Amino acid sequence: MTTAALSFDARAAARAWRPPPLIESVWLRYTVYLGALLYLVVGLGSVEVNWVRAAEGLERGARFLAAFFPPDFVTHWFDIQEGILESLTMTVVSTVFGVILSVPFALGAARNIAPLPIYLFCRSVIAISRTFQEVIIAILFVAMFGFGPLAGMITLAFATIGFLGKLLAEDIEDIDPSQAEAVRATGASWFQLLAWGIQPQVLPRFIGLTAYRFDINFRESAVLGLVGAGGIGDTLNSSLDRYEFGTSAAILLIIIAIVLACEYASGWIRRAVQ
Amino acid sequence: MLAIEGLTKRYPTGDLALDNVSLTVPKGQVMALIGPSGAGKSTLIRCVNRLVEPTSGRVVLGETEITQLGDLALRRARRRMGMIFQEYALIERLTVMENVLSGRLGYVGFWRSWFRRFPLADIEEAFRLLHRVGLDHMVDKRADALSGGQRQRVGIVRALMQNPELLLVDEPTASLDPKTSRQIMRLIIELAKERGLSAIINIHDVLLAQQFAERIVGLRAGRIVFDGAPEEMTPEVLTRIYGEEDWSKTIRRDEDEESKDGGPTAVTDALKVVAAQ
Repeated sequence: MTTAALSFDARAAARAWRPPPLIESVWLRYTVYLGALLYLVVGLGSVEVNWVRAAEGLERGARFLAAFFPPDFVTHWFDIQEGILESLTMTVVSTVFGVILSVPFALGAARNIAPLPIYLFCRSVIAISRTFQEVIIAILFVAMFGFGPLAGMITLAFATIGFLGKLLAEDIEDIDPSQAEAVRATGASWFQLLAWGIQPQVLPRFIGLTAYRFDINFRESAVLGLVGAGGIGDTLNSSLDRYEFGTSAAILLIIIAIVLACEYASGWIRRAVQ
Repeated sequence: MLAIEGLTKRYPTGDLALDNVSLTVPKGQVMALIGPSGAGKSTLIRCVNRLVEPTSGRVVLGETEITQLGDLALRRARRRMGMIFQEYALIERLTVMENVLSGRLGYVGFWRSWFRRFPLADIEEAFRLLHRVGLDHMVDKRADALSGGQRQRVGIVRALMQNPELLLVDEPTASLDPKTSRQIMRLIIELAKERGLSAIINIHDVLLAQQFAERIVGLRAGRIVFDGAPEEMTPEVLTRIYGEEDWSKTIRRDEDEESKDGGPTAVTDALKVVAAQ
């Protein structure tokens, strides 16, 4: 070490050192902190809670919940069974078609393989699909195709394109480019580049997302019935309309069981393909 | 065999990576390309097979002017140039055999490659080469289960599966330990000699370049600043390529020429690498 290194006072430098703050500028930092605090205070102050009404409502809510017991599986078992089967059919069909259709959109929406015009087109389709909640799309398709599961299936397939297209495209953009480069260097064609340079890298995530989307599609199919797009939601809706809360409870329990089963299965699949 | 004339590459960012580079590599010659990081070594070999499009200049392989080719003809031409990569660039989730067979992608159609129905002769050649590099017992292992040296050997076999005339080798040893580096370099040279291939090897390690190459080309800021035999490497030459530094320990001495892989030599090699840095 030279004398220059000896005369350097590391201890003083260590004392003076502070970990870097989240926001560099002092002025901006305290403005943000103060602003957040002010917003919280004003926000809490503006909430009007009618405690008397809430107390009455609690009891009413309790009575509403009590009406769900005991769950009644028997009286409308045939309707329930039909609704569940319809929902499962909608889920399977919409997932299969949605996944098949989402692959080209995902490829087109990945900036590292698609030219700009195709990229912009695919990104817009995905953005439209993601902008609107399933229920809103379902209302449109019910108006177009009439009441029933067809409208529901088209809705779910369309929503699947947005979901899977976006997430898969992002995974394609995140691939290790050197593997794709090595495939190109062998003289492979564009389709071979997809099949060898990209598909092996994104396959586990693709399978995992498909399983996850299946799960979402089943849950959504229960909601879509409320706007007349078929499935178990229809059955649930009519039981609520007829004040047959026992049947509603039975339907809800079955939905919970199926969702849990789907979730467990998709978790298992995702672990298995790693 | 390979002729590069006035090759220039300017990236969209404005960086001039290659500045009017001209170079001829005769058949069967192993050439090392050295130079500091960012000198344009990687760009140069990627311009040869047009993974990077050159801005201007010509690349001619045998009778084919690579820089003139359309898509299909370029893919045909790429089959004649095997490439070996720094981080191996194997398809991690596929097996050793699939990786090796991917070297034949330029020769088989899409559906055959999709269903892995490669011609029997290709699979036979794959086994022969894997046996040659000592990996024939690992054909069905996944590439990500291999060690660095094993992966690079798979990378070498993949390049040779193309039945190339030219090897483009990009920092083959940068991720390997000194002993494995020497083994990999020796393997590349041996295989190139056996098959009469020309090779361009980008390499950081000056000692390795001297030890294994017949010719050394020094690149600095996109221009060739040295082109000669390994024996001509002097501290002055290294200063010309890399800039001012104490190079006295970096130049190979004659007694080192006989050194073979082994415990003590590997250690001294390692020490020299450290000294070089």
